[in-house]
Amino acid sequence: MTSERTADARSRNGRTGGHGSGAAPLPLRAGSDPVPADPVLEVRDLDITFGRGPGAVRAVRGMGYAVRPGEVLGIVGESGSGKSVTSLAVMGLLPPHAHVTGSVRLRGQEILGAPERTLTAFRGRTVSMVFQDPLSALTPVYRVGDQIAEAVRVHQRIGAAQAARRAVELLDLVGIPNAAQRARAFPHEFSGGMRQRAVIAMAIANDPDVILCDEPTTALDVTIQAQVLEVLKTAQRETGAAIVIITHDLGVVAGFADRVLVMYAGRPVEVGSVDEVYYRTRMPYTMGLLGSIPRLDRGREQPLVPIEGSPPSPAALPPGCPFEPRCPIAVPACAESEPEPVRVGSPGHLAACVRSGEIEAEGWSPAQIYGMRAVASTADTAVRGERPRPRGERDLVLAVDGLVKHYPLTKGTLLRRRVGTVRAVDGVSFDIREGETLGLVGESGCGKTTTLMEILELAAPQGGGITVLGHDTARMSARDRMAVRRDMQVVFQDPLASLDPRMTVHDILAEPLRAHGGREVGPRVRELLGMVGLEAGHAARYPQDFSGGQRQRIGIARALALEPRLVVLDEPVSALDVSIQAGVLNLLEELRTRLGLSYLLVAHDLAVVRHIADRVAVMYLGRIAEIGQADRVYDAPMHPYTRALLSAVPLPDPVMERSRRRILLEGDLPSPADPPSGCRFRTRCPLFRSLDEAVRRRCVEEEPQVRRLGDDHGVSCHFAERLGAE
Amino acid sequence: MTIAEEELTEQRASVDRIKAPSRLRVVMGRLLRSGRGRTGSVLLALIFLLAFAGPYLTRWTYTAKDFTAFLAPPSTEHWWGTLQTGADVYAVTLRGTRRSLVVGLLAAVVGTALAAVVGAFAGYFGSWTDRSLTWVTDLLLVLPAFLILAIMSPLFAGGQWPMFVLVLALFLWMVTSKIVRSMTISLREREFIQAARFMGVPPTRIIFRHIIPNMSSLLVVDATLNVSAAILTETSLSYFGFGIQPPDVSLGSLIADGAQTALYAPWTFWFCAGLLIVTVLAVNLVGDSLRDAFDPTARRSG
Repeated sequence: MTSERTADARSRNGRTGGHGSGAAPLPLRAGSDPVPADPVLEVRDLDITFGRGPGAVRAVRGMGYAVRPGEVLGIVGESGSGKSVTSLAVMGLLPPHAHVTGSVRLRGQEILGAPERTLTAFRGRTVSMVFQDPLSALTPVYRVGDQIAEAVRVHQRIGAAQAARRAVELLDLVGIPNAAQRARAFPHEFSGGMRQRAVIAMAIANDPDVILCDEPTTALDVTIQAQVLEVLKTAQRETGAAIVIITHDLGVVAGFADRVLVMYAGRPVEVGSVDEVYYRTRMPYTMGLLGSIPRLDRGREQPLVPIEGSPPSPAALPPGCPFEPRCPIAVPACAESEPEPVRVGSPGHLAACVRSGEIEAEGWSPAQIYGMRAVASTADTAVRGERPRPRGERDLVLAVDGLVKHYPLTKGTLLRRRVGTVRAVDGVSFDIREGETLGLVGESGCGKTTTLMEILELAAPQGGGITVLGHDTARMSARDRMAVRRDMQVVFQDPLASLDPRMTVHDILAEPLRAHGGREVGPRVRELLGMVGLEAGHAARYPQDFSGGQRQRIGIARALALEPRLVVLDEPVSALDVSIQAGVLNLLEELRTRLGLSYLLVAHDLAVVRHIADRVAVMYLGRIAEIGQADRVYDAPMHPYTRALLSAVPLPDPVMERSRRRILLEGDLPSPADPPSGCRFRTRCPLFRSLDEAVRRRCVEEEPQVRRLGDDHGVSCHFAERLGAE
Repeated sequence: MTIAEEELTEQRASVDRIKAPSRLRVVMGRLLRSGRGRTGSVLLALIFLLAFAGPYLTRWTYTAKDFTAFLAPPSTEHWWGTLQTGADVYAVTLRGTRRSLVVGLLAAVVGTALAAVVGAFAGYFGSWTDRSLTWVTDLLLVLPAFLILAIMSPLFAGGQWPMFVLVLALFLWMVTSKIVRSMTISLREREFIQAARFMGVPPTRIIFRHIIPNMSSLLVVDATLNVSAAILTETSLSYFGFGIQPPDVSLGSLIADGAQTALYAPWTFWFCAGLLIVTVLAVNLVGDSLRDAFDPTARRSG
């Protein structure tokens, strides 16, 4: 029976796999077989409440969905929308104080409230799960192969040797090179991407009907994310399982899912095929989400439309539609009762909005709905348009020249001896001029944060030089350093960690002022709060009383307290939800134009960088691979690594996503303690592989330096022109 | 004045009124809102009142002797009875409590402050600062405190009790300072410390404004434990005759004297022993609820 199901799913997948034919009206199950198969997993009226009495928190309210064999359902929502809790409920993994009602049917059998024995039989066999953090999903003290073999033996009566063989097969299937040998490794010897592959191998070990993936790629870099998504597709093809993928990334859903369900405040607000939901959006919240993500294929001309406010607390929901307080087109009826999801447009497309009919009839676009608010940012663009002076004439704010930072690698506790060197940053050069933003991008471990820290330390570097606002850090007196600290400020990634939890907002904002001899800080603090869109009354509160976006605004206000000239932004929005992120990005942009700031932005999200950076520097393994004007680098990348990186970023656009050709990089980032000789990228370089043996030698022997290719565009690749000619 | 203007000034006034509340006020408010905190502070306040105002209620001073009543039970003349020497137990006990309280509190505060400063500096600066401070800490840890205090006891005679407090404190801080040092090392890597550093805040200010306040719960708990420890150490030293020197008295010397007559004249022992227990209990209650009050992430009642 299993084989039958698999074959069935394969044929279906063969069809959906052959995307690129443009917008199919309904990618799920049209055509070949007219009778839709029974849903393999059906969730109906699911309610999850934590606690009892007046303090109870209704995390999920009336959740429902169904997935058929071979189908991929994407569940999208911001943090706190209840998407992860739903999948835990399906697995029966919620803590005892969670009160669950409704129905979860797995192949027609009710499993909600089923005894533990029944659930154990289902878990791993019929439904399996892939978690966000692959390190905590694997037991650190057992070998990876043994863990997979164990998963097999729990549900199948086979011998240990056979199970071990199966484990190797599975590891091979998920693309782990040299699987037989790697099966003997412990989880900590695997990289993040490999661990996630191992977890996927474990999830498909028993040929399940449904695989629940909870943010499977969130903890991974983009190139690894692309690999893992590819593995998930392979896994689905092999097992014919239905996949429920929970994510906050609308790009991942666009390329991977057949249908999408948008959750808000614990309930589904819009369901439908990916094309329907992305192109014929009928719920203002979904529109807001789509409008608030910066896109890789569009520059800063695209205004970001933040959704005002923040999601309601599940403990205090408004009486009507939960989105009503943030909705730009709310009418009095919205506040009265909560709308049920109703069918809009084509079959299978449901939206929970009283005005969905209107939206359909009038054909309102997101821009029209959020239009009133978008005006401001467009006006900004106009102002920005008239740049006063060309780049060369503006003052140099920061110049980094051949920066080197090596860490010694030592062994032994008593007699410490040096066994190697981690080349975290190995000769990086770039500069920032007044009023511009340089984005420093790269995957984790490429040395971008180390570079940032070296600059912020204002100490003499191990090699090369750093010049901040005309002062060389190697020849800086204590007084100069203090003066430079005043003009260079930093905004950190995690707003909660970067604000002292024991201080009130007033004290936090007053600190830089007092450190530099300010007396009357009260008025300035109020002014700063106003500048970042907070109220003066907020000064008396502690950081934990604020939402993530507000906290980051406090962090920005603190950085601006001394009217700096250069602000260093270390992943300023990566800890925030998309709808909040847009507001913070717009704020940064607005402040930059108003105060004439220069930004050094470090980020791993290429779309965010494209949106606010004038120039970009792409780093790989401690060196710069490509640097230049943002539009040029994004539109015509000359380095093979930049190309792969850009192609790996998913776009929130189903049709484009399907037609894109992805350059998959092989393997993981080499260790910075032992970088490859010559060009560091050659071990993963697709261009290198296409070269002749004779030409290749140059890549192996000679380390490429950044060469200028045209005006303000530099590439460190010997054969960049060949790539351009392709 | 138009209505809009009025509104504006009102708004401005309200903005001015919302001054950042000082941390102390917030903490005190929370301390007094919890039941244990209230009980402890009321008890402690009563003990202080008794120790400092109590002596004025009776005509006996702690040095006066009543030669008509030796070892007399409590009466209207001598509220808590008299000692073998004819001294009034009430007057003497209050005097002893006063001395013990002052010595205990001061020694604990000085000890914890020393621990915080030494530990934070060692942990924050690292390298040779760390090495030399750790060396001093270890040295003091291995010295037998009780013996040294006993040897130095002649120094404390003749009203030199502040000296006694300092020496007592000197032997109280080492273990805490080691904890503080390791906590500082992990705190130093936190982003808000780095943020302050990159903002140009000087290191000593970072230590006093960020590092030490972020360990306040540990320090408060430690100080409380130290109060009890210091009172008890002082008591036991005085019990053996090494602490507070006559004619001054402390709870310890009183308990030592009272212990000999406790069986047939219980009033010579139980009043001072009882006061010691109540004092240590009250200090612990206050310390416990202070820890909760200091932590803004703790669950709030009301």
